[in-house]
Amino acid sequence: MNNRVLYLLPLLTLAVMAGFFGWSLLSGRDPASIGSVMVNRQAPRLAAPALREGEPALTSDLLKTGKPVLVNFFASWCTPCLAEHPLMMRLRQREGVTIVGIAWKNKPEEARAWLKKLGDPFTYAGTDYDGMLSLDWGLSGVPETYLIDAAGIVRLHYHAPITEKDLNDTILPLLRAGK
Amino acid sequence: MIPELGHFALILAFAVAIVQGTLPLIGASRGDARLMALGRTAALTQAFLILLSFGALVQCYVVSDFSVANVVANSHSAKPLLYKITGTWGNHEGSMMLWTLILALFGASVAIFGANLPDTLRSRVLSVQALIGVGFLAFILFTSNPFLRLSPAPLDGNGLNPVLQDPGLAFHPPMLYLGYVGFSVTYSFAIAALLEGRVDVAWARWVRPWTLAAWCFLTLGIALGSWWSYYILGWGGFWFWDPVENASLMPWLAGTALLHSAVVVEKRDALKSWTVLLAILAFSLSLLGTFLVRSGVLTSVHAFAQDPARGMFILAFLIVVTGGGLALYAWRAPKLQHAHGPWGLFQPVSREGALILNNLLLCTLAVTVLLGTLYPLFLDLVSGAKVSVGPPFFNATFVPICAPLFAALCVGPFLSWKRAELGPALARLRAVFFAAVMAAVVAAVAIDGRATLAAVAFGFGVWLILGSATEFVGRARRGRLRTMPRSTIGMTISHAALGVVVLGSVATAAWNTELIHTMKLGESAPFGDYTATLVKVEPLQGPNYTAERATIVLSLDGKPYTTLTPERRLFTVQRRQVSETSIQTNLLRDLYATLGEGDLQGGWVVRLYNNPLAPWIWLGAALCALGGFVSLSDRRLRIGAPKRSRVAAQPAE
Repeated sequence: MNNRVLYLLPLLTLAVMAGFFGWSLLSGRDPASIGSVMVNRQAPRLAAPALREGEPALTSDLLKTGKPVLVNFFASWCTPCLAEHPLMMRLRQREGVTIVGIAWKNKPEEARAWLKKLGDPFTYAGTDYDGMLSLDWGLSGVPETYLIDAAGIVRLHYHAPITEKDLNDTILPLLRAGK
Repeated sequence: MIPELGHFALILAFAVAIVQGTLPLIGASRGDARLMALGRTAALTQAFLILLSFGALVQCYVVSDFSVANVVANSHSAKPLLYKITGTWGNHEGSMMLWTLILALFGASVAIFGANLPDTLRSRVLSVQALIGVGFLAFILFTSNPFLRLSPAPLDGNGLNPVLQDPGLAFHPPMLYLGYVGFSVTYSFAIAALLEGRVDVAWARWVRPWTLAAWCFLTLGIALGSWWSYYILGWGGFWFWDPVENASLMPWLAGTALLHSAVVVEKRDALKSWTVLLAILAFSLSLLGTFLVRSGVLTSVHAFAQDPARGMFILAFLIVVTGGGLALYAWRAPKLQHAHGPWGLFQPVSREGALILNNLLLCTLAVTVLLGTLYPLFLDLVSGAKVSVGPPFFNATFVPICAPLFAALCVGPFLSWKRAELGPALARLRAVFFAAVMAAVVAAVAIDGRATLAAVAFGFGVWLILGSATEFVGRARRGRLRTMPRSTIGMTISHAALGVVVLGSVATAAWNTELIHTMKLGESAPFGDYTATLVKVEPLQGPNYTAERATIVLSLDGKPYTTLTPERRLFTVQRRQVSETSIQTNLLRDLYATLGEGDLQGGWVVRLYNNPLAPWIWLGAALCALGGFVSLSDRRLRIGAPKRSRVAAQPAE
């Protein structure tokens, strides 16, 4: 009898997995969807120790400079962050965008080494090692990017690495309009 | 007219596949020789028709027939001819055609080379193979027809994903598909065996060459994919534990386990139901990989055409094929005849004991990759939390499980069947062990004292190479070189090649030097022992792109050493940028350069890597596949025509 169950085990495993896959497809869930909870609300509180040594801590004042700001949560252990990194560099170097980078659940020395290795696109860089700050921001993982307009309102919230398409079609037009 | 011919040939192939999928199966159960003989004819006809259809599609691409919607969407008249041809399978419809073509060709191969198979088994294998084909042909004909016409025809096409315009990626999908689809034959053999209720020594011998062929192609396919991401993504890495990569690794691990467990069936007439299960799983994991990559349920750093509607079809297909296979397994496998009880009566220290350890570890690895890949999906659905599982997970789980696998790998071939002693085997590996420890110590002291784990892994690489060589030399000394079966030679090559891959990956990952620097024209920067100078950045006009090409001179001790010319290409039709790395290799290390964005102050972001032993990763993988091909050429597989009636378990060596 036990033996029989053993032989059924692979089939049962498949049934469970297939159930999840079907659910995933039918739920209309998009793993890279743009969230809506934070959008069109006042940006949450920003308070984080600086990532780079010798710099002042990050405060909410950085989000109220009268210019749009990008807030990017990243981590050195996250491969998608690596994928979007060149676009961040471009935003900073070509477009002169102000980017606030926050290392999420990442040892500061590792995040610093990562930025040193790849190039540092961030105007201001903070660290959220215990993940407390990101709770306020409704963060679910990394990378996530928020676009905050000149009045401090969240306009976009990306739950996924930004792509060239996002950059050209959505982010840059909004930034230019914001100026 | 050509597209219509292709379309009609495909419809005919569909009809033939339905016949091939049913009548021989009925014939086999009734013992009707005429119905069974139909299987071979149908398999050859079906392959011919699909070949014709595929040829028609390629022709549409070659002549840029823009009245065909698929060509418009994926090709462009300015594209080089090679990429027009490879563009045929660089999109969803075309890749499904390639998949189906390979499936039919494998079926035809069974019909041609399977002359020594008993009629009933061959008919059943061909029928199952055709039933898989029916599913794919229906999918193509009803949802993804590549021959749809467009009227009026546009003047030119929309081009092809520029990332795909690359020789590495042009041949990566065919190799990978040969691997994925090759496992369909082992699946068909497993289903046929379950239907017959008979798994024996002869079956294991028959199924072996097909497993080997699929495994070799999959090895090459994965290696090509990894090589491609190494030089095109410009991150200096070669494996990112991305879902797309994991999708190809899982069937490879299951296939490797299958290769080894089938040996136990062949030599000891045991471990049968486990081997049948692995044969079903290897193909199921191939389908699972296709599902994960195409359906968009997971995010990946590799751009890929994703469509949830097609995902539903592939899922349904996966459920029918895998579910059907596993249900049959649950029903029939307990009834298989076992000489020594279902799980065998094994001495833990014996060749078969070592092979079981190998299977346990390989399957643990496969499950680890599966969990790491699917966990984000499960968690997202259950709790709504989004996580990404990255390299730290796999470094903490996958890599440590490799250690016992590698350690045991060299010992196993020294053990004899049935009963062996561990002591003498270990004694013969004593010198190898000391050499490996020395290598690890030297690596730790001379190269990098901080990377202890890398040094240990380096020692494992040396252990694998020398251990395999020692076993081979021992055999040769006993005067068995002449009579040594090719399968043994192949085993030695593949095992040693794994060591080469390990050395290459460890050295590249742990001991590379890199420089990422914003350089102005004429500026120099120290890079390891070299000095890198950005000499010039010039515009360049390609056939269908414009580019900026940098000239970076590396000098050593003040003398120019080599020149690297990385590019940034802008594909004009798609307005998409792709970086073209420049790699100078001497087989012991790669000097690797990519050109990043220019900034407003006239500087360019330049990345330079010195990757020691990097070429060994792909060299080793190619060697690994070569070992498989050598084993495939074994004369026992070619003319061994085992007859079921007089087959007893081979005398165990």
